[in-house]
Amino acid sequence: MFVNQFLILAAVLFCIGVYGVIARKNAVLVLMSIELILNSVNINLLAFSMRNGSFDGHTFALYIIAIAAAEVGVGLAMVLLMYRNRRSIDLDELSEMKG
Amino acid sequence: MFASDVLVAQNIGFAIIATIMVVGALRVVTTSNVVHAALWLVVVLAGAAAQYILLAAEFVAITQVLVYIGAVMVLFLFGTMLTRARIGAESDLNNKNWFFGIPVAIALFVAMAMALDSGFGSQKMPADPAVATTQEISDQIFGPYLLPFWALSFVLLAAVVGAIVLARRD
Amino acid sequence: MFAAATEAATEVVLKSGWFLENAWVIPIIPALSFFLIIFFGKRMPKKGSEFGVASMIGALVFAGGAAYQWIQRVNGAPEGAFVSPVVKTWTWWQNSGVSFGIGQHVDGLTVAILLVVAFISTLVQIYSLEYLRGDRRYTHFFASLTLFSAGMLNMVVAENMIQLILGWEIMGLCSFLLIGHWWEEGANSRAALKAFFTTRTGDIGLLTGTAILFFSANEWTTKTLGVSGFSIRGLSSWALSGDPGSAAITMGAIALFIAAIGKSGQFPLHTWLPDAMAGPTPVSSLLHSSTMVVAGVFLVARVYPVFFKGMDILSGSANFIIVIGAITIVIAALLAFVQTDIKKVLAYSTVSQLGYMMMGLGAGAWLPAVFHIFTHAFFKACLFLGAGSISHSSSHHSFEMKKDMGGLRKFMPITFGTWIISTLALCGVFPFSGFFSKDEIIDNVGNNGYNVFMYVGLAGAFLTAAYMTRATYLTFFGEPRGASAGEHHEEESHDSHAAHDDHADHGHDTHDSHDAHASHGPHESGWLITVPLIILATLALSSGFLNALPFGEKFENFKKWVEPSAEVVNPTGIAYVVGGIGEARIAAEEGHSKSPCGTETPEQGVCAAPSLNHAPFKWSKAGLSMLIVFAGFLLSLFVCIQLYAKKNKKFVGLTERNKVLGFGYKLLVNKYYLDVLYEKIIVRSIAHPIAAAVYWFNQKVLDGVVNGAGTTAKGVAGWVYRNIDQRVVDGAVNGTGSVAQGAGSALRPVQSGKVNQYGALLFGAAAIGALVLVIVNT
Repeated sequence: MFVNQFLILAAVLFCIGVYGVIARKNAVLVLMSIELILNSVNINLLAFSMRNGSFDGHTFALYIIAIAAAEVGVGLAMVLLMYRNRRSIDLDELSEMKG
Repeated sequence: MFASDVLVAQNIGFAIIATIMVVGALRVVTTSNVVHAALWLVVVLAGAAAQYILLAAEFVAITQVLVYIGAVMVLFLFGTMLTRARIGAESDLNNKNWFFGIPVAIALFVAMAMALDSGFGSQKMPADPAVATTQEISDQIFGPYLLPFWALSFVLLAAVVGAIVLARRD
Repeated sequence: MFAAATEAATEVVLKSGWFLENAWVIPIIPALSFFLIIFFGKRMPKKGSEFGVASMIGALVFAGGAAYQWIQRVNGAPEGAFVSPVVKTWTWWQNSGVSFGIGQHVDGLTVAILLVVAFISTLVQIYSLEYLRGDRRYTHFFASLTLFSAGMLNMVVAENMIQLILGWEIMGLCSFLLIGHWWEEGANSRAALKAFFTTRTGDIGLLTGTAILFFSANEWTTKTLGVSGFSIRGLSSWALSGDPGSAAITMGAIALFIAAIGKSGQFPLHTWLPDAMAGPTPVSSLLHSSTMVVAGVFLVARVYPVFFKGMDILSGSANFIIVIGAITIVIAALLAFVQTDIKKVLAYSTVSQLGYMMMGLGAGAWLPAVFHIFTHAFFKACLFLGAGSISHSSSHHSFEMKKDMGGLRKFMPITFGTWIISTLALCGVFPFSGFFSKDEIIDNVGNNGYNVFMYVGLAGAFLTAAYMTRATYLTFFGEPRGASAGEHHEEESHDSHAAHDDHADHGHDTHDSHDAHASHGPHESGWLITVPLIILATLALSSGFLNALPFGEKFENFKKWVEPSAEVVNPTGIAYVVGGIGEARIAAEEGHSKSPCGTETPEQGVCAAPSLNHAPFKWSKAGLSMLIVFAGFLLSLFVCIQLYAKKNKKFVGLTERNKVLGFGYKLLVNKYYLDVLYEKIIVRSIAHPIAAAVYWFNQKVLDGVVNGAGTTAKGVAGWVYRNIDQRVVDGAVNGTGSVAQGAGSALRPVQSGKVNQYGALLFGAAAIGALVLVIVNT
């Protein structure tokens, strides 16, 4: 196995996630795209962990999974709040921050 | 870059899983049905768990299944339903300017691919990698990485409190 | 020569004792007391203040025991030997292989400052029992005060930089709480925020410097001494070992010194200190005379070798520390002349005295600078508490010298006497304590070849004498005015100096019990206030004799006890020896003055302190500075009498008639416009253009890319039209304008407020940046 095959896979997933964040309007779908990005990072960490023969990457991958769970929890709570307030979860309409 | 051992079982496995993951990921960001997107995301996350096993990280793989496919996906489906998404296809899930995403993603990928190619070239993974047992990982977490673990516990606590504060009806 | 020295190595067993071994208990006592006050204070008969006072007395007893045993340890050691610090360390926490210790590093400097801090804290707490009686947040006040002392004591005993940062930040937090104690007044909470933010600006330097030094030193200290790169002993030895690259140690020293500038109120971050007088007077006395502001000076003195090598001290040319110190002395002393608030005069005087300490440290006069911390603590605390006593009992909670004071010497004999003694000490009059420390600084600065800075120091002494004479005259002489003459405040009439009048008014609201006796006119304060004053004045008079150079070596005890000798010591001997017993010492053959520490790399063994010179005492030099001080007294007295007593026409209103003087006066009243610079210019120049640009975008946002693209095309078309068809001279000029307009139009949709677009920009910029980097590097 090459080191690069995992890293390139992670890069592909990352870029698809980035595309999703940019292209999607629906807030839940944006959160899903962020999950793609986080997963690609995890693949990277574990690939390097295997390459270097240490287990540090495993620890960090576990921490990232925990952070992602927290992020989804808070993110969906925000989406719910947004839905309650404006009956829509389209990020387009959230442009009060227009500078 | 293609060496003689392309047909080793692991590599075949990797290729199949990777293809499924990429297709799944593409469907997540292109499908016009939110529930379908969530189900495709399950495919990608399961594929990632399989990749973790290939990378000799069993504990992480199991955690991935439990936390992501178990908990996070349920959260997503709840989120989808509580916001009354239409179960069928929707036409307006994308931005007006969705096409900006394509050049950005391609440019990012080119940059990363070039960096990876010059950085790791045809380096190989060790032939007989050490498998991280659960005990070793727990030694890591509760030994040298204890402090980040504590910090993480606080983050989770804050997230729980924050989610309740945000989502409850007053 | 060092090979020979090794053979002559003798085992020196140094004395130790329980208090010395357990000095780490000292900060624990007030820290525990803080929790007791917070949880049980309100239910106690004295509202929690008993915990505070008791814990400070406990800390004082422990500090006294440690000081006594340290003196025993020094006296028991052979002449000129390096008396190793009593170091203890435990692992506090660790992360991925780096462990962060906590413990104690007790040497002469530590016990001296411990003693001062515990002593002043005890007196201030006793004083506060009376001064804050009836305050609505009495319990919280004592809690913060106690925690503050715990922070300072922890910083002083700190074994490593992390522990030092812990104490440093506790002090930062508590100073915020204490300065903003009467936060109902907007001015007070603004002053608290200003103090907090200004010191935080410096604290960035502390974190950066600690990180720089850790990563440069850790390898050496672990290998040679077996301690981490945070350890104070490790850093000191490392700095003198010749191992550090000059860039690393210079950057580290500069970063740490920036922290000291913020905390110790040095120019240009001194602006917070006078505003911080908004806090209750005991707070000013504790935080802003003897403890918190000394933290920066203490930091420099603590890891002095780092600054010594990093800043090239003793190289003969001016360095960062000495320049900042000298500027601070003069500008702060000048500012003290235009203050009408007695506490602000003292605040600027503190800033100026801190400048002396810094200048001394920058010029290699370590011992006089540390001794000045020691003596300054007593007389400045006494002055602040004296000012508090006046406002508490005589001037109806006002600190305005011109409006509400005058002629008080008849009514407050004890306050007046202690004030005079402390003033003489501050001015450096023989034989008061300030003479033995401040004059030594000036003398040593000159002796080490920094002549220009010696003159700055002398000018500072002149100014000090002059502004203190003015303050004393306005407060204690002449006729009683305003509140001290029995008049009541007209609260609306005070629009300038709002902070202090607000504070004073606040005192009215909260201390109802006081109005009763305050309306009787000026009188002496109660014994809870006068006893601390008398004790402090006694020390202001006598503490100088701990290091009284003119009387010969017998009186140079402070030097003997506090200054570490610059000996080459055996690294294995002092490495990790708990209690420092079984010390192996390498005797330097040629005596103290020829020690290589600081100038060259020791061939074996390590240094713990650089070797410094001491100026010999000469009556002629002392006489000269005495003359300068008396000239300051007389000149200032003359001007004061002309101005305030005789209302001489030549002097009154001079600043309005003479342009040069008027300009100077205006500059000083506006504090050199530094606040304006920070708040109006720096903050605005960053925030304002962004706001303006955003506003501009906002005004001209057209909806979406289509319109933007259309305008771009129009702009470009216009440009082409004018250039190709019209070819006039103005064409080029108009053209650039149109391009700018076109570009602006194209950029307008960027500020759309849409998350996805921001994401696209972010990732797009990252992608382009990464591509450029990758292409450049391959």
